[in-house]
Amino acid sequence: MIFSRQRSVLPGFNLTLGFTLFYLSLVVLIPLSSIFFKTSTLSWAEFVRVTTSPVALASYRLTFGASFCAALVNAVFGLIVAWVLVRYQFFGKRLLDALVDLPFALPTAVAGITLARLYSDNGWLGGGLAHLGLTVANTRLGIFVALTFIGLPFMVRTVQPVLEDLDAEIEEAAASLGANRWQTFWRVIFPMLTPALLTGIALAFARALGEYGSVIFIAGNIPLKTVITPVLIMGELDSFSYAKATALAVVMLVVSFTLILFINALQWWSGRHHGQN
Amino acid sequence: MTTAAPQPLPTAVRPRSVTSEPSWVRGLLIGVTLGFLGLFLILPLLSVFLQAFGKGLEYYGRAIADPLAWSALKLTLLTAGFAVPLNCVFGVAAAWAIAKFQFPGKTVLITLIDLPFSISPVVAGLIFVLVFGTKGWLGDYENAEHPWFPWLQTWLNAHDFQIIYAVPGIVLATIFVTFPFVARELIPLMQAQGRTEEEAARVLGASGWQTFWLVTLPNIRWGLLYGVILCNARAMGEFGAVSVVSGHIRGQTNTLPLHVEYLYDSYDFTAAFAVASLLALLALVTLVVKTWAERKNVAVKSSWRWAPWC
Repeated sequence: MIFSRQRSVLPGFNLTLGFTLFYLSLVVLIPLSSIFFKTSTLSWAEFVRVTTSPVALASYRLTFGASFCAALVNAVFGLIVAWVLVRYQFFGKRLLDALVDLPFALPTAVAGITLARLYSDNGWLGGGLAHLGLTVANTRLGIFVALTFIGLPFMVRTVQPVLEDLDAEIEEAAASLGANRWQTFWRVIFPMLTPALLTGIALAFARALGEYGSVIFIAGNIPLKTVITPVLIMGELDSFSYAKATALAVVMLVVSFTLILFINALQWWSGRHHGQN
Repeated sequence: MTTAAPQPLPTAVRPRSVTSEPSWVRGLLIGVTLGFLGLFLILPLLSVFLQAFGKGLEYYGRAIADPLAWSALKLTLLTAGFAVPLNCVFGVAAAWAIAKFQFPGKTVLITLIDLPFSISPVVAGLIFVLVFGTKGWLGDYENAEHPWFPWLQTWLNAHDFQIIYAVPGIVLATIFVTFPFVARELIPLMQAQGRTEEEAARVLGASGWQTFWLVTLPNIRWGLLYGVILCNARAMGEFGAVSVVSGHIRGQTNTLPLHVEYLYDSYDFTAAFAVASLLALLALVTLVVKTWAERKNVAVKSSWRWAPWC
């Protein structure tokens, strides 16, 4: 017993906690710390030069912009999908519900080549869109499409349980006080969904920032135009510039750690919000 | 005074429920859902299989039976064979310590366990290159910039044990990216179940192992299955992290997803989709088992839904 606490009848605390800490350090913490040791071989001026080069800045703009747009589109459609799956009955609903998790389960490379072929000039969708003057493959639009695909389940799966738990009495009260259906949704239901929606947006956004496999095939990776930050890191690695790759990785890590804090705060808030109902 | 129980109105004159929408709104929303999911989920899924069989069964068979595809399949199975059991043992141990005992720093530990999910796969691969690459901590001793562990480096060099651009690196990177799956399923589940059943078993004289095998394990089996199946899907499908550490040596360090990339980049789209169809099939099996495990245990589903970061 390494901490002073009540004696427990259950055994195995030292063994399991010890193994957990050992395995966590060996597999995650020690390898991850190499990033910060490697970055420390760069001077501050070099670090700033690498992470604020025009190529890097263009990749941040693209990665953040496309991830954010994809998360917003998913917020709208994810809310509709979650609403329909929770509230309405129709043929094939359970199948659709199970399929929502496809982007989790499908390997990203498979998603990548599939979307790239679908939206290529002679693909099923690309051909039709080309007539409308829209090119998706090898453009920023393509990156947006791939990130929307990847982010879809995050949105649906965070909003769905909150919708399921909503009390019908609240809506009945709103209706009996004279609210029409739209007012009930907009002024009663939507505010209760806000924390879950924000969490979903943050999760989809965070996932999209680091996405690699599903993007590279449809993006075309044209320098300064369609190179996302993970692809830029990959390029530096291919040319054995480990220090440059690491500096860019540090930027990404700092952003994702900030997002984790933000999401944890959101979940805490929504948990409280939820608990009060 | 007695009042007559209110009689339900006949269906024909019953007013529309105040908590539902007019039928045209329902129809519109269902239509939007079908359109959106059809465009983003069903169409891509169908196209994988249709393109895989685009040049007929024989071509499909040849693409699958290709020796390079076979070695990729074997490497993928080998990688998952290491990553899934190791992370499974870790997940059970971590969940036991966290859910059954109180200790300071628990929240920090849970956050650290989730860490690999928030890291880009490319960065996950990069860290193993920094540790084991030629110029890394445990790299080639003669050329190392900072020889951190000289004895280990000498030993690795002497036994010609290569990690990066070889199978051990692929296994390590896969273990990293699939690290939290089992633990994050089991922790909330075992926390919700508490420790009364285990305590009862102990009081009745069961040993620690008996308590685990006969009481805890049956209680968590669906959650465990759920974590394992998701861990396996990611282990077999991981692309970015493995791509960084693999070195892309065909027939030796290409996993199935990397083989798909190789075929696609060499413009053999039909063969690429044939191999990809195996992975898509894996995804479908994963979804079926996942849905089944959810139906067996509602608690599993809710815990997954509140923390869907992967």
